Amino acid sequence: MSSLAVRKTAPAAGTTPGTVQGPPLRRRIALVPTLTLLLGALYCLLPVAWVVIAATKSGSELFSTFTFLPGTGFAENLSDLSAYRDGVYWQWMGNSALYAGVGALLSTAVSAISGYALAIYRFRGREAVFSVLMAGVLMPPVILAIPQYLLLAKADLADTYWSVLLPLVLSPYGVYLSRIYAAAAVPADVVEAGRMDGAGEWRIFTRIALPMMVPGLVTVFLFQFVAVWNNFLLPYIMLSDDEKFPITLGLFTLLEQGSNTPALYTLVITGALLAVLPLIALFLVIQRFWSLDLLSGAVKS
Amino acid sequence: MTSARRKSYGVKGAPYAFLLPATILFALFFALPIGYAIWLSLHKVQVKGLGLGSGARTEVWAGLENYADALSDSEFLDGALRVLAYGMIVVPVMLGLALVLALMLDSDKVRLAPFTRLAIFLPYAVPGVVAALLWGFLYLPDVSPFFFVLDRLGLPQPDLLDGGGLYVALSNIAVWGGTGFNMIVIYTSLRAIPTEVYEAAKLDGATPLQIALRIKIPMVAPSLVLTFFFSIIATLQVFSEPTTLKPLTNSVSTTWSPLMKVYVDAFGKGDIHGAAAGAVVIALATLVVSFGFLRAANSRNKRDVSQGAAR
Repeated sequence: MSSLAVRKTAPAAGTTPGTVQGPPLRRRIALVPTLTLLLGALYCLLPVAWVVIAATKSGSELFSTFTFLPGTGFAENLSDLSAYRDGVYWQWMGNSALYAGVGALLSTAVSAISGYALAIYRFRGREAVFSVLMAGVLMPPVILAIPQYLLLAKADLADTYWSVLLPLVLSPYGVYLSRIYAAAAVPADVVEAGRMDGAGEWRIFTRIALPMMVPGLVTVFLFQFVAVWNNFLLPYIMLSDDEKFPITLGLFTLLEQGSNTPALYTLVITGALLAVLPLIALFLVIQRFWSLDLLSGAVKS
Repeated sequence: MTSARRKSYGVKGAPYAFLLPATILFALFFALPIGYAIWLSLHKVQVKGLGLGSGARTEVWAGLENYADALSDSEFLDGALRVLAYGMIVVPVMLGLALVLALMLDSDKVRLAPFTRLAIFLPYAVPGVVAALLWGFLYLPDVSPFFFVLDRLGLPQPDLLDGGGLYVALSNIAVWGGTGFNMIVIYTSLRAIPTEVYEAAKLDGATPLQIALRIKIPMVAPSLVLTFFFSIIATLQVFSEPTTLKPLTNSVSTTWSPLMKVYVDAFGKGDIHGAAAGAVVIALATLVVSFGFLRAANSRNKRDVSQGAAR
């Protein structure tokens, strides 16, 4: 598909290096990166643009009108979706918000305290603990999810909210990021000054270090929120009661049924649009005071 | 120092107390399941009599029997080959695109960089299931704009949901979803390069392309290695995308990837011991491939460094 998008706009890109006489050298060079980036953006926005338009089409329009022509059925699709099985779709959305919100909050708390401990203190076994926790990153989710299910089933916790929440609380990547942020943001002499003033270690962490770590912790929260919101394998394995499904799993079951009844296609498409809006809105809002670069552990100087 | 000594007990105990939650969670949700999976993979169910009543089904030591079964299962091996082929497309294309786009973002006088950066990153916020679903519809000739255009132009319409086209279709979903995140990782390390490093090259009249190839790419090599490493791990575990495409086409079987096969074994057939062996094999294979790559990359780096030193 990407090659097609490239081909459509390729003539424009192809002509730019040829325009030798016109603009000065430096401006001419900047055209190639700009156009390449625009092509990349076009490729990435295309499916999103498609779903925005497709969601406005009624069932018959979906197959009869040109794909990028808006339809007339958005309100109807929305009410159909809300009416589907007594509003189970909104239940899924609520579940996803719960899993991702609570899960990311717990995960950020555990990451913050672990990252702080690993960054600030020198103690026997520090690097060993860090390495073992990091090894968790390398563990493929598959080798974890199935035995996690079997073990949780033994504890009567399978097919509960806990079964999707708890396995994701410890995030090795979150601990890693928190350690980097704590090392960069919390100076050792500030901690030492707190001790001089007679503050306990817990007090120093919560009152002094934690506020300093906030920008980094926002990143950990976002990262984990997205990871849980987008997770499919774990709820797919853990849950059988569809009242507890997150949105990813709910949409999947809707699509599975929809493959036999094309009337459900419009519901799937409208549901897919609504499922991506919260995260996109979150990123658009948050990027005003938060930089994407933080996601890869960049520390602002 | 003296005050730290005075409270040495609290200071000494604090890191252990602070690491307690992570340690407990690691033990419960990482170490224990892995141990259990390995234990399961080495056992099997023995049925006495008709298999009814308590005690009729007991778990007995199976040695490497489950592993032998998994490794001689042609469906499992075919799945491994399919995923390998898929990974050979996804990882180089995704990271190649991510590198090119990151270099473009980092170049002088580029326009619209904040907008394009956010747009290219956007798919990261789209769940894999939804991404597969969106592209799945775009692959359906009845609703896809591409097929509409091809039709109008009188060009042949490829079948993207069958045969070789399926690999392109699945790879495209992964590339679409993963390029933005990797681009940000590479771009971040590009920006960490001090500008003095290429000032001299610029004065010598090096073109942006030369600067990119000779200076920028070698300097971000560590983050390239890291993105490769994690992409390999993620790619070999592919599950949600083919599972989501399955309702749209008959050519994705329920056992298309080894991971899907493990799922069917565990929950379709109820053979948890065989499934555990399959999961362990996938995990080991993933680690062997990813660490093999890391080792190869490191030894190459070292060789480059020593060559540079010799010069």
